[in-house]
Amino acid sequence: MAAHLCPLHPCLSAINMAMEITQVLLSAQSPDGHTRTLAEANLKQFQEQNLPLFLLSLSVELSSEQKPPESRRLAGIILKNSLDAKDAVRKEELTQRWVSVEPSIKSQIKESLLRTLGSSVSDARQTSSQVIAKVASIEVPRREWQELIGLLLNNMTQPDAPAPLKQSTLEALGYVCEEVSPQDLEQDQVNAILTAVVQGMNQTEHSSEVRLAAVKALYNALDFAQTNFENEVERNFIMKVVCETTMSKESEIRQAAIECLVSIASTYYEYLEPYMQTLFNLTANAVRGDEEPVALQAIEFWSSICDEEIQIQEEFGEDNGESSSPHSNFIKQALPTLVPLMLETLLKQEEDQDQEDGVWNLSMAGGTCLGLIARTVGDAVVPLVMPFVENNITKGDWRSREAATFAFGSILEGPSIEKLAPLVHSGLEFLLNAMKDQNSHVKDTTAWTLGRIFEFLHSAGGEYPILTATNLPHIMSVLLESIRDSPNVAEKVCGAIYFLAQGFEDAGSSSSILTPYLGDTVSALLSTADRTDPSNVRLRSSAYETLNEIVRCSSIPETSNMVAHLLHEIMNRLSKTLELHIASLEDREKQGDLQALLCGVLQVILQKLSNSTEAKPIILQSADQMMILFLQVFACRSSTVHEEAMLAIGALAYATGPEFAKYMQEFYKYLEMGLQNFEEYQVCSISVGVVGDICRALDDKVLPYCDGIMSQLLKDLSSPMLHRSVKPPIFSCFGDIALAIGEHFEKYVPYVIPMLQGAAELCSHLDVNDDDMQEYGNQLRRGIFEAYSGILQGFKGPKAALMVPCASPLLSFIEAVVRDKNRDEEVTKAAVAVMGDLADTLGPNTKILFKDCTFHMELLGECFRSDSDQLKETATWTQGMIQRVLVL
Amino acid sequence: MTPQEGRRPIKRSTVSDQQRRRELALVRQAQQRSDSQNRARRLASSVLGLHSSPEPALPDDAIEPEQAPELNWAQTEADLTESEVPARDLNVVQASKLRGREARRWFAHQLMLPEWMIDVPPHLDRDWYVFARPAGNRCFVVSSNGTTISRLRNGSVLHHFPSSLPNGSRTRDMSGPASSYSILDCIFHEPNQTYYVIDMVCWRGYSLYDCTAEFRFFWLNSKLAESGACNSPSTYHRYTFSVVPIYDCDQAGLRAAYSSVVPYVKDGLLFYNKHAHYQTGNTPLALVWKDNYCSEYFLDTDSKGLVPTQQQVVLEMQDDGRLTTSDDPPVVFGCVEADFIQKSGLQAGNLLRFAIRDESVSLIDGKLEIGDLQFVSKVNRARAFADSYSKVFFQYAARHSPLRIEDLAASVQPTFLLKRIVPVFGRLPWKFCTDGRDAGLLVIHIPIPSEKG
Repeated sequence: MAAHLCPLHPCLSAINMAMEITQVLLSAQSPDGHTRTLAEANLKQFQEQNLPLFLLSLSVELSSEQKPPESRRLAGIILKNSLDAKDAVRKEELTQRWVSVEPSIKSQIKESLLRTLGSSVSDARQTSSQVIAKVASIEVPRREWQELIGLLLNNMTQPDAPAPLKQSTLEALGYVCEEVSPQDLEQDQVNAILTAVVQGMNQTEHSSEVRLAAVKALYNALDFAQTNFENEVERNFIMKVVCETTMSKESEIRQAAIECLVSIASTYYEYLEPYMQTLFNLTANAVRGDEEPVALQAIEFWSSICDEEIQIQEEFGEDNGESSSPHSNFIKQALPTLVPLMLETLLKQEEDQDQEDGVWNLSMAGGTCLGLIARTVGDAVVPLVMPFVENNITKGDWRSREAATFAFGSILEGPSIEKLAPLVHSGLEFLLNAMKDQNSHVKDTTAWTLGRIFEFLHSAGGEYPILTATNLPHIMSVLLESIRDSPNVAEKVCGAIYFLAQGFEDAGSSSSILTPYLGDTVSALLSTADRTDPSNVRLRSSAYETLNEIVRCSSIPETSNMVAHLLHEIMNRLSKTLELHIASLEDREKQGDLQALLCGVLQVILQKLSNSTEAKPIILQSADQMMILFLQVFACRSSTVHEEAMLAIGALAYATGPEFAKYMQEFYKYLEMGLQNFEEYQVCSISVGVVGDICRALDDKVLPYCDGIMSQLLKDLSSPMLHRSVKPPIFSCFGDIALAIGEHFEKYVPYVIPMLQGAAELCSHLDVNDDDMQEYGNQLRRGIFEAYSGILQGFKGPKAALMVPCASPLLSFIEAVVRDKNRDEEVTKAAVAVMGDLADTLGPNTKILFKDCTFHMELLGECFRSDSDQLKETATWTQGMIQRVLVL
Repeated sequence: MTPQEGRRPIKRSTVSDQQRRRELALVRQAQQRSDSQNRARRLASSVLGLHSSPEPALPDDAIEPEQAPELNWAQTEADLTESEVPARDLNVVQASKLRGREARRWFAHQLMLPEWMIDVPPHLDRDWYVFARPAGNRCFVVSSNGTTISRLRNGSVLHHFPSSLPNGSRTRDMSGPASSYSILDCIFHEPNQTYYVIDMVCWRGYSLYDCTAEFRFFWLNSKLAESGACNSPSTYHRYTFSVVPIYDCDQAGLRAAYSSVVPYVKDGLLFYNKHAHYQTGNTPLALVWKDNYCSEYFLDTDSKGLVPTQQQVVLEMQDDGRLTTSDDPPVVFGCVEADFIQKSGLQAGNLLRFAIRDESVSLIDGKLEIGDLQFVSKVNRARAFADSYSKVFFQYAARHSPLRIEDLAASVQPTFLLKRIVPVFGRLPWKFCTDGRDAGLLVIHIPIPSEKG
């Protein structure tokens, strides 16, 4: 034994290693740390010396029935980790390594894996099915290992195949479906998978383990079954099997079967019509009588139907007739029976449900579904719910009162304000009094309902004012009293105040009816943030965030004094966080969280005050102190910068303008740190935005920092590690820099232009069928245009000639973008603008280009027909620029 | 138990204030980026935020546009007089939306006003155009949204009519957007009811402010005719527009402008520097010159149409009693005493007419100074501006030793004489600029007129 624990002698061959691998794998799981470390080093060395042999040895280990289960299991896990990683770069690297392994070795490995599916050791079988899926995820998209599905199907159809083999085969099929995408499989492969799965679901033939594995595999395979669902016979068959499976005697299988129905509801909504009666009956039974996990899935089925119908309504408009819209109005049809079903669930609360956030039980799922139903059908839900509310809200037991309130709160989004306003008017007083109910759940839901009323129905100056000078005093006194209630109630009260303030955002002068209460409200929120209840973390952030909304929605200059006081209070609190005693990582984290909330408030105050000439001096007086605080907050951490402090600094730069120059020397290192933060891409993205703020604030005074900033931004762009969403803003940021420093941008041109051209090239290769990619493409295009615009405008004058070589490629790119139907209005505006910038800056140099192309006329025409004044105005300017060039 | 992935419990807060802060910060940054780019493009309207105010519908032809909408501006009126937002900082897009007093205020400052020629500029034949000024009122003609409005130099409306200018009437289906506007600098000639276009400021929404005169005249000549605006009047085109012949200011051009027959009554010659942009207010890069041959208005006339025996000037009284010209910066010609202001009820900003005795005028270092101003009357309110320094000077010279056409012709003699500057008063540079110093501040005694209060 001892011999195996020695470091490997360099001349010890990989072959020896392969022979000894069992022992090393066992040692790697030893309780003794030293033994473990040594074994891990041995494995690593083996892997580096001879990867193919390493992988092969692991697969042999995994498949050998005579080896200990522990070493087989670890061999499988290491094998799996040699094929896949979370990190995309690492994953690609592993993929390439596998691809380059000699085919004969790879096929030996795959053979071992398939053989292991029939092992008597369940750990080995399970691990093997996962490894098979990982290999498939590499090979199937490359059209390799095409025989895999056939071999797996074969396992299912052999008359004498043992149950464990079938179970692990079905698991393997499920994992494969999870790993590969529908376009990677041929239809006959999909058919084979479905055949194998449906076969496995057969109740008469199989054990519960096999059937459960089959239902789960079906769940994963549903995405592949488009063609099969289009065929009525096959569709009927699949639906029949799934519906039968929902009647299984094992609840886990029933749950998995309804999960399949949930997935079918969203993927194949348009085929559901003939099955709806059956589906209603079986889900209703499940909701009323089945175990909770099954009942929850049954409610989820209806929530998914609501999701689909809401989405269709959003896409096609509500009353868009039968012709174009695939809407089947399932919810409307089921309404008279569906609503009572959901109302029943509301009475099934748990005793202590409000103690944790996002609790999920029958009552919560039912209320969530009721809310979706209200959004789907609007007014029609109201008469079905109100009797329940009225009958229960005054009852003696808390469950009835809570359920009644919850029902009312759930339907406040969706129905028209005309329908709801009278109900709210007559019920508001009752709800305010219910904030004194003896039951905490009732108070929690009541406060939440008040918040929903303010969120969806209250807007100052609206046609049906909910809040008036008459009822506001009572409302405010109740809220400010209840904010001292238990933490869960107080948190809902914060939410109510948040939306109450929000409703006054666009009020203009009428906001003054809230103004008299703001002072007390702000103090109450500050005290709430200071509460020391055990679960105060969430409450504290709610209190600060509500404070933010109050600042955003208050009317300046009316409230300037209040905001100025708040500014000093928050700065004070922020400086106290710097004195906190930090003994552990946890302390550091808590300090950071508190600083985040406080910097957030400062950011909101900065943005609010700097939009008003009267109030701006308040910021300028405290700018130095604030900046010192932010720098100290940064200094609390060594490797990362504080995201919220960074956001606040952007707002400060905007407020101070050129004055910000004096902070730059101190601030620069943190800015650079932010730009280097690949891992937390939000931080990087915010830092990029702050560069823009600084450019606009400092203009050419930013020049001394540009070399550093530019080289970091260029590094960011070339990094495959950085989240792609940060890249478009970096391009826009180039434009900001160029506009700020004008002709000094010249030295960056040789680096920036190829980047822009590369990105433009990339735009034409993005997958147009992928919504996310389309969105990304639009962001990228806008970023590219904004970069060119900034550079062109910055170079107007003697340096303009530098951009002449770019004119033709840029114009071609604009044309390509214009021809793309998926561009959004922001892209169009940026495209029109940059075209004008080309003509404006390069003048006669572009005459031939514009003369030779006609698309700019079409684009301008399109812009003139648009409803956006900004777009029209930009287009008018561009037209002028181009015409001027053309007549020269 | 936890909900299905993607299902949010209805009671869980929807608000992530942090995400909201990020998004609001992004919105702010995008807005500011767009503002700074637009500033670079001189598209100032989105910066000033005026575009978001609903565009007031243009009144029907029957409604006098000076009336009703005035109230809408009542609020901003106060701010504007206080802070005096410089009207020229608005751009033409916004200006086209102004109504009533605001519009008058804006348009009153938009014309490019030539200085009077008191000396011949160098390179006259190389750098300048010349043309015969039609007699009549200078005005701005704006066509947009299906109607055309002409405004006099003081900003008041002269005519409100349909025309064939782009978007100048409601009948034409124009290629551009209906809101795109055109602005022409014209002289309305009463005898033949024609608008003579002497400059083009905007055409189909395309601003020509920053274009050279050379380009503007080229554009004017090529665009105006094709719009149909030069056609004879019709239902949808009430007045004819016409261009005037513009010449390079060489010998032949000067002769043609001076003596050739044109279909309108001439009122002097206008000289435009080819390289100058359209600059609002007084500019030495456009010049007016007159003599008795080419103008009926060589010497200023009084209200009865007679040439007064003594030269008269119109000056603006400042709040400290100083009397100034319309130049920027103004030239001070004198001062009225406080007790006179009190007795006469005059207010700062009033325009006052004075007579000057020849012998009280002196030329010191090329500057005209007036020793004695004799109050004649207050000037009627329709007049928006005091005389410019160059006008006072020109009128003085006209009465004593006028700049003659021969002097002009001499300056455009053949090449070897090109560089020669023809002096009028010997010491004056051609382009004199007042440097803002007081030109001899004199306290004068003004007899209070006995009857004409």
